[in-house]
Amino acid sequence: MLPSKFGVGQPHVRVEDPSLLTGHGRFTADAIPAGALRAVVARSPHAHARFRLNNIGAVREMPGVRLVLTGADTKELGSMPCAGVIKPSNEERMWLPHYPVLCLDVVRCVGDAVAFVVADTLAQARDAAEAFEIDWEPLPSVAGLKAATEPGAPLVWSERSGNVAFTSEVGDAAATDKAFSRAKRIVKLEIVNQRVVANYMETRAALAEPGNPVTLTLGTQGSHTVRNSLCAKVLKIPNEQMRVVTGDVGGGFGTKLGPYREYPLAFLAAKQLNKPVAWVSDRNEHFLGDAHGRDNVSFAELALDANNKFLGLRVDTIANMGAYLAFFGPFIVSNGATMLPGTYDIPAMYARARGIYTHTQPVDAYRGAGRPEAAYLIERLVDAAAHEAGVSPEELRRINLVSKSAMPYTTSTKRVYDSGDFSGHLNRALEAADARNFEKRAKEAKQRGKVRGLGMANYIEVCGGAGPEFARLKIEQDGSATLYIGTQTNGQGHLTAYSQFVADELDLPLDRIRVKQGDTADLPAGGGTGGSRSLPTGGPTTKAAAQKLALQLKELAARELEASADKLEIVDGAVRVTGSNRLVTFAALAAGNDPLLEAEGTFTPSAGTYPNGTHVCEVEIDPDTGETEIAGYWVVDDFGFTVNPLLLEGQIHGGIGQGVGQALLENTVFDADGQLLTATLMDYAIPHARDMSAIHFETRNIPCTTHPLGMKGAGEAGTIGACPAVMNAVGDALHRNFGIRHIDMPATPARIWRAIHREPR
Amino acid sequence: MPKITLTVNGRAVSTEVEGRTLLVELLRENLRLTGTHVGCDTSQCGCCVVHVNGKAVKACTMLALQAEGARVVTIEGLAPDGAPLHPMQEAFRQNHGLQCGFCTPGMIMTAIDLVNREGNDLDDSTIREGLEGNLCRCTGYQNIVKSIAAGARAMKGKKRPAAA
Repeated sequence: MLPSKFGVGQPHVRVEDPSLLTGHGRFTADAIPAGALRAVVARSPHAHARFRLNNIGAVREMPGVRLVLTGADTKELGSMPCAGVIKPSNEERMWLPHYPVLCLDVVRCVGDAVAFVVADTLAQARDAAEAFEIDWEPLPSVAGLKAATEPGAPLVWSERSGNVAFTSEVGDAAATDKAFSRAKRIVKLEIVNQRVVANYMETRAALAEPGNPVTLTLGTQGSHTVRNSLCAKVLKIPNEQMRVVTGDVGGGFGTKLGPYREYPLAFLAAKQLNKPVAWVSDRNEHFLGDAHGRDNVSFAELALDANNKFLGLRVDTIANMGAYLAFFGPFIVSNGATMLPGTYDIPAMYARARGIYTHTQPVDAYRGAGRPEAAYLIERLVDAAAHEAGVSPEELRRINLVSKSAMPYTTSTKRVYDSGDFSGHLNRALEAADARNFEKRAKEAKQRGKVRGLGMANYIEVCGGAGPEFARLKIEQDGSATLYIGTQTNGQGHLTAYSQFVADELDLPLDRIRVKQGDTADLPAGGGTGGSRSLPTGGPTTKAAAQKLALQLKELAARELEASADKLEIVDGAVRVTGSNRLVTFAALAAGNDPLLEAEGTFTPSAGTYPNGTHVCEVEIDPDTGETEIAGYWVVDDFGFTVNPLLLEGQIHGGIGQGVGQALLENTVFDADGQLLTATLMDYAIPHARDMSAIHFETRNIPCTTHPLGMKGAGEAGTIGACPAVMNAVGDALHRNFGIRHIDMPATPARIWRAIHREPR
Repeated sequence: MPKITLTVNGRAVSTEVEGRTLLVELLRENLRLTGTHVGCDTSQCGCCVVHVNGKAVKACTMLALQAEGARVVTIEGLAPDGAPLHPMQEAFRQNHGLQCGFCTPGMIMTAIDLVNREGNDLDDSTIREGLEGNLCRCTGYQNIVKSIAAGARAMKGKKRPAAA
């Protein structure tokens, strides 16, 4: 077979675009049928309070109200689940707080859910939710991460002293102490990785339609994940009683991975009322009712010898869990810590992380989930070390990067990097950025009263790891192909990418291939999308199904053509006797309705994969206003293998957008009483077009040796590299011009201006 | 309930609405034109941008009653039923100007308005400033900017009456 012109490696434009471009996308709220009942969640205005709902009966009697569910009505349900439970280092098992579907008598963060009201119209449901007379008895609360660890801080859970949810350790404490005792220089830095909110453009929504099973239409990152955990842990019913369908999803970024409270509530309401019930979050509710991301503070120390070679790394982290444990909450912290050594050869390392409860929204996976935090920490620490040692950041990196010849390389956290050319990426990225002429540009800027900084970051992340994926591929009556697969696109372009894998094996144009995701009725299992796993896991899964189907089609055709299967080839939607014009089309084969027209595929990764690369950012700061402009951005990435360069570059652009947002703009602010002050898009700044600059992107792919196609994964890489690159650029500008050692994210104009003018915050 | 009459995507529409009904609610719920999206509650995101009498308007900032007698064009009106994509839609497709697609209808309606106001040769900074009222969380804007520049060029001399 000739290489397919539609196949893997081609920059094919997306097959999913026409419907989205013409307004015919099918997001959850678009699927709400006329006449569906509408639901509203009544939420707490207090960060911590005891409460009593006084007038439930009266609310139930309000116009249009069909159902009111309270904590008392739902107390038999299980806790909202945590799939990210880890083994703490100093306890037999993790203590898990009860995360109720609706609070019974105590709320633990602003926005905590106290009742679910269903009415004929949205306005009626809103009116009813606002009509509750609630006796609130405010209790002492603590929203700040550091404040929660102070002696005497109010406890979120009386069972956990000091608000410590768990302690997790990685590395070798004794060996690290020994390394530090030999150090010529020890560089110390406290690093804040602030809380951010995902702010996918499509807020969450739920539509529950009665029947057996009840159908829940939800924007998820994997319908099976949500269905399985809701059924097993919350509703305690067999999976057969719930079908979850996910249509178009307007962004996920990690915090659409798990189940949310409104899903079992809508399920129960639809079942009880025997009518469709819809709930749609507004943007304000997104801030209050969805999990948040990041939020940790680390104290980091790096030990260097006389030649500026790294000897050891010691990190102590407190990580905000919020009031309850989010779906992946604890795992993010422990998994992220294993990536702290980054791309450097650091012989000894020890990190301790403590999860901390506060009276705030639970913290869950957000693009990168622990790995951006690790990369940001080590890359900021390396820059601080360079400043203190009086060497350039690039020279210090060159001294300490793991060399290409050292691959496979085992880190002090027992991660095995199979391949990578870290210094090669750094060199190329600096060359692309014309770093050697930076001083000239800085001088020119200075003449205009501006200061420039150049920052670089080497990142590495771990993707994939354990967990199989499943696919089913079949030939339809018209000879086209339909793939069912258990991952879930949220905008990444899976339909196009998987079609390219199918095209390679079946030689069909992409418009003859359909990809279906998101319906639990279509597949027995699915792994969902998260951790940059979809193409590295789903790609080989699709390929396996397609290769198997190709063989089966040849087997079928062999009977029709009376030729042996090994003399057959697949060409343009048909099976042909090699070198002849005797052929049978897929459509003709499909007329037989043979079971061989369908094949399944599965793939389980044998090891984690390690995408890596270098980001370089140049910023220009106006010292009079503190404003930062990104003057240039360059990325050199090693993803091992590229499926579709167009989609790949899009992922990098978007990831960098989110990283730039965190570095320069985004901040989630609670006041001393735990009120969330940044709960709209007026108060919480995500990047606009003018906040970004053009990004230069190129790949230096080195095939992954532990993956059958050499793939490493790419979905989160942009975000992971961007925060440290931008902040190292800001740090460079502030250090070289004003002697400022460190500034925390977000580097807003106010924060920069105050740092320059030595004003306390 | 008051009754309003207006033109939506070239079709005359006459319907009853509550006084508090927003234009975006009329479009999405009464007329089932769900391509116009709601992404926020403070008029920041621009997912709901439509054209009212030829100008870009955030449909969440306007009462349906205020559209009495108006010509409204939504994303569905740019390439109705099987018509070829509008040059701006096509440019977004060719330049990978969308990922999740939720902000896309508003982006395209804003982009066409920008071309109507600023012409067919749009530089990078004009486009970025022109997107002041539209947010995207997926693309980092790079390919949106590229798409709009290409779409603007493609619209040259092809000013077609978008379903109005």
